[in-house]
Amino acid sequence: MSKRVVSPRTIELELATPGIDAQGHATRVPLTAEAEPGLGEEHMLVNIGPQHPATHGVLRLVVELDGETVVRCIPHLGYLHSGFEKLGEYRHYNQIIPLTDRTDYLSPMSNNVGFALAAEKLMGIEITPRCTVLRVIACEMSRIISHMVWLGTTSIDLGAFTPFLWAFQERERIYDLQEMWTGARLTTSLTRVGGLLADIPDGFVEKLRHFTDTFPKTLAEIDRVLTRNGVWAGRTQGVGTLTAAEATNHSLSGPMLRASGVAYDVRKDKPYLGYETYDFDVIVGEHGDVFDRYMVRLEECHQSNRILQQALDRLPDGPINVADPKVILPSKTRAMSDMEAMIFHFKQVMEGVKAPVGEAYVGIENPKGELGNYLVSDGTAKPVRWRIRPPSFINLSALPKMAEGHLLSDLIAINASVDIVMGEVDR
Amino acid sequence: MTSPVPGTLRSEVARDGETIVFVAPDRLLEAMTWLKETPGQEFDYLVDVTAVEFRDRERPLEVVYFLRSLKRRADIRIKVELSAAAELAVDSVYHLWHGADWLEREVFDMFGITFRGHPDLRRILMWETYAEGYPLRKNFPLRGRFSRAEQVRQALNINPEGNYSLEELSIAEAAGDLPDDMRDRLRRGERGVIPDPPQ
Repeated sequence: MSKRVVSPRTIELELATPGIDAQGHATRVPLTAEAEPGLGEEHMLVNIGPQHPATHGVLRLVVELDGETVVRCIPHLGYLHSGFEKLGEYRHYNQIIPLTDRTDYLSPMSNNVGFALAAEKLMGIEITPRCTVLRVIACEMSRIISHMVWLGTTSIDLGAFTPFLWAFQERERIYDLQEMWTGARLTTSLTRVGGLLADIPDGFVEKLRHFTDTFPKTLAEIDRVLTRNGVWAGRTQGVGTLTAAEATNHSLSGPMLRASGVAYDVRKDKPYLGYETYDFDVIVGEHGDVFDRYMVRLEECHQSNRILQQALDRLPDGPINVADPKVILPSKTRAMSDMEAMIFHFKQVMEGVKAPVGEAYVGIENPKGELGNYLVSDGTAKPVRWRIRPPSFINLSALPKMAEGHLLSDLIAINASVDIVMGEVDR
Repeated sequence: MTSPVPGTLRSEVARDGETIVFVAPDRLLEAMTWLKETPGQEFDYLVDVTAVEFRDRERPLEVVYFLRSLKRRADIRIKVELSAAAELAVDSVYHLWHGADWLEREVFDMFGITFRGHPDLRRILMWETYAEGYPLRKNFPLRGRFSRAEQVRQALNINPEGNYSLEELSIAEAAGDLPDDMRDRLRRGERGVIPDPPQ
């Protein structure tokens, strides 16, 4: 397995002296009662959010402070709870796909893919080669836009505005491609059980290839502005550290887990969509702090770009949907002219696609971490239980552990490094 | 698997090829400790915890644990069956995997299953004084138990202090100043220590 450690420490930080520096400024190391005798016993309660730009959504944090140091951080969730899992129990499998757009709305296409894979596993459907490659393209495009949003918003949280504009420009280019393909920028609903909503339109391949050729230049610019920037390093290095054992014990996944040095990537270790045939590296950090999470995500964009190029090179011709009229809706023209097609059309719309009794769990490597879709069927066309394993919900559960003992300003950096999206945390 | 998990009732293979092991509820913690700590098993990663209730009311509820060994790159699924008629409670696995903290809270919130030994078992997605029941149970209507008018009335009547737990208010020294009825209301949905009012 190709694994690459990224964790350059080229900046020598001179900020690490406790207390107050020579110029009389407080350093970023927490003040203690010994260093500052005036610091009383009294703790302060600060409420951050739910409406606050630095909480990246409607997350509310109640923070107990001793001076500027976080003693305790208590997250309150649920402001965006929509009951998707309950709604799923009342819908046919294909009708659930629009709900998956709205969970992790920063990478809707890979959510669609995750759900479709679970439903296909449950029904025992083999998708076509062209569909497989197109879904890989969808997943990697999603990873790039999700990491770009993360990079932009996090750099704003930490005071850097320029990378935000660059990152959002790149995201916009992918959004144009998504719009070309599905007709929607955000609510893509790309997949169907057994296939896709639509094949890619003319000109899509050329446009995406142009993107993959020019995207690394932006990444290099972001890298040049941030990675060796003293302010960036000072705000991120050594902040919110988790060891490999702690990250494992807290069930973290995705870049959060890999930044702590655990080389687990679902694409390599439990391959789906033929990821084992693509050449890419698993990026791991070694310090498990905010800086390593940044490095891992930045490098993952390069790897996604590589996968996109390989997928474009090998994109086969052929159908995008399986040739099973019980699963795939016939075209409107055929349904209106062919008796048999009309019956299948009617049965699918009225009754839905029935899944056999049983259960299936499929985990995919979403930008935020391992997105699991767990479906339990009792033989009807609607699942008995649809469970989303929400990666950012589980990653967020380690926030109190990471934030305690740090400064309040570091809490913002740590919270940003988790890469949460509240639509998925609350579902 | 060569040696069986302690407390195994039966095992089967899911449609995705994963092994499901059904464990007796009272021996869950023993089985989980064995799975985590026995050499050759080493399931050091808890992927997910969830519960399933079937449309068939006769079937017991299932609590499902997805375990993974990062070292061996192997997965296993553990299930515990709980009869809906009896008390819905299992032992918490928080002390084995801290990742179970919020996952078990969510199962408690959505299904009303109690996890014995969980350090902070309170609602997580619904607010802590939520009184309509457990949303993912099959006997819970899709639109909620209360009428829309009652839901609106409750939403408009929320007192800002009700958004804090008693524990949090005690830090801000506000709990002592609250009127008795609000303290009672908070206490119903909330655990925590109420400080004595200042003399």
